Amino acid sequence: MIGVVGKLGRRRLEYEVVKRLVGPLLTEVESARARVKSFRKRGHQPKGPFGPPLESARKLKELMTRHYLEGRYADGAVPVAWVTSGFPVEVLRPLGFHAVYPENHAALCAVQRVVPHLSEAIEQQGYSRDLCSYPRADLGSVVLQETPVGRLPRPDLLCCCTNICQTTLYWYRALAAHFHVPLVLVDPPFVYGEAKPHHREYVRDQLEELLDVAGKVAGRRATMDEIVEVTRLAREGTLLWGECLAESRNRPAPWTGIDGFFHIAPIVALRGKPECNAYYRQLRDELRHRVDKGIGGIRDERHRLLWDNLPIWFDVRGTATLLAERGFNFVCTSYTNAWAEAGSRIDPADPLGSAVIAYTDIILNQDLGKRYATLARLAEEYTCDGAVLHSDRSCKPYSIGQLDLKQRLAKDLGIKVMVLEADHGDPRAYAVEQGHGRLTAFMESFA
Amino acid sequence: MANEPVAIGVDVGSTTCKVVVIDGDGAILDHRVEPTHPRIEQQTTRLIGELSATLGRALPVGATGYGRQRVFGATRVLTEITCHARGAFCRVGRAAVLVDMGGQDTKIIRVGDDGAVGDFAMNDKCAAGTGRFLEVILGRLQVPFDEVWLHVSRADHGIAVSSTCTVFAESEVISLVAEGQELDGILRGLHESLAKRVASLAGALPPDASVVMSGGVALNAAMVRALSSALRREVRVLPEPQLVGALGAALSVR
Ligand code: SF4
Repeated sequence: MIGVVGKLGRRRLEYEVVKRLVGPLLTEVESARARVKSFRKRGHQPKGPFGPPLESARKLKELMTRHYLEGRYADGAVPVAWVTSGFPVEVLRPLGFHAVYPENHAALCAVQRVVPHLSEAIEQQGYSRDLCSYPRADLGSVVLQETPVGRLPRPDLLCCCTNICQTTLYWYRALAAHFHVPLVLVDPPFVYGEAKPHHREYVRDQLEELLDVAGKVAGRRATMDEIVEVTRLAREGTLLWGECLAESRNRPAPWTGIDGFFHIAPIVALRGKPECNAYYRQLRDELRHRVDKGIGGIRDERHRLLWDNLPIWFDVRGTATLLAERGFNFVCTSYTNAWAEAGSRIDPADPLGSAVIAYTDIILNQDLGKRYATLARLAEEYTCDGAVLHSDRSCKPYSIGQLDLKQRLAKDLGIKVMVLEADHGDPRAYAVEQGHGRLTAFMESFA
Repeated sequence: MANEPVAIGVDVGSTTCKVVVIDGDGAILDHRVEPTHPRIEQQTTRLIGELSATLGRALPVGATGYGRQRVFGATRVLTEITCHARGAFCRVGRAAVLVDMGGQDTKIIRVGDDGAVGDFAMNDKCAAGTGRFLEVILGRLQVPFDEVWLHVSRADHGIAVSSTCTVFAESEVISLVAEGQELDGILRGLHESLAKRVASLAGALPPDASVVMSGGVALNAAMVRALSSALRREVRVLPEPQLVGALGAALSVR
């Protein structure tokens, strides 16, 4: 495996051609097409309850398409790691790893509504439907060798951090057994109150071990200078993402929370890369421009809501439209906010020490009191008059305690709160009609 | 104005379709109740047409229920949660907790002292705890609906039925019958277990909250009694409980 790296073989050549020529060329063609389209549409006022679409959305599509395109040629050319969303990826980037985010990929499968098909493949092997739909989609995709992105590169290393849930560990063990590659685990203890010094030490030891393992797979160890630089980029990207979100404190919010669910992709999958930061700079500037011009994410913003938990990926548009038609916008979500918080704690002056804190103190690894404080703060900062807590059948750690959170938010902040039972990935676990009926009843109660 | 028809309300539920004509005070002057037909548009158009013909003129129409989007000519379309709250508030005139047990779902709605929905909880994931659940089990036991109260009131205690899933409860009840347990006790136990489920959906109620009930199941006295004891307070059945949603729909266009 070590020999894979540095061997400028056929795979590497293909990879470099795709990365340096094909990707940029496709991007150019795509933007030329988009320019023609927007020229043809000039003067047309978009119909429906939404404001004009974000220009950056096109750039986002290009960025993510290139990422997945490069991925198709990555194995055999550069070391490939499959990584959980909350993993300290800053350690891998300097070694030239191509990082695949199965969660991000599963979300894509969910948007395309292929989760039931992928899931059935592993349900037949005995996996329960009660498991989170992300691992079901991902493992199904591996078993069937089917993916909406064409092809995922085979991993050389599996990197799992259990700061989001324990399910990831079992999921990655299944991947390790399938691919016969090493699995490296970072296991931050669950934090009640504040993390203790011995917790931090324990996580730090694991990061040191990670440096060793990643170095062995890549064929060399990352230098501290390299880690510092990636940490700087990751921090900057996270802060930029936070600035994008913060623009929604304005009235009207210049975009919708639903837009945010899609624009989160680079901070998850490309964190620590310059193109991620360039993208968020562009997005932030566009949002600022919209704020200056008074352009809203929806045309007629009358109510501002907070959303808790992952989105219902396969019905994101349906939910947003239902709300926007009645003047409701999700102006902030605890999910997108989590990505603006964790990385902001990493510090190039102490990359490892700060990574310990950043990756331990994340929302899903903390007690309910902290989760409540985050929700209450967001509701106030974004002047929300209501909140929808998505009780996600898939994501138990995120959904537990929501009935208590609902009562406290309603009582302490005097806002209307509802719990919506759904699933982020599997349409079989959500009756859209009933869900929309409940959301409608909730909106009617604001009259 | 009292007795002067002012609005029509339509509630297209999963089991029955209800249409009411109300006066300015919310009194129901006329109504129709029919099993819901798969062709909702035709059914509701016919029912509204019949009532309008009797009145000799057309009135504004409010629509609610699962089939609310398919009521032609509706002036206003609202969810059954809002309409039940409005209907209940019109009847009680103050804040209350409404338990609506219909054919397909059970709703708990906290109605504020202004008649608005404060909060709501619903069981709409499965048939357990709904009219449909009772219908299935009673059908299996061959007990007609109007004899349920007689059986339940004769039992000196309920035989515990632990399953609240329609499928499992049905087979559990069959095994209890096969074991030779008294039908009266089984029926009482069944109602008690259902009531407990509804009570847990309601959560902790403030001590002074008054509870009212609507929906077809409210016509089942055994269920009302079981619910009163599970909630440890009197449960008042609203007049014409099946029509509360339609009343709320009519009130919204009054
Ligand atoms: S259970 Fe939640 S945290 Fe875990 S993989 Fe699924 S969505 Fe992510």
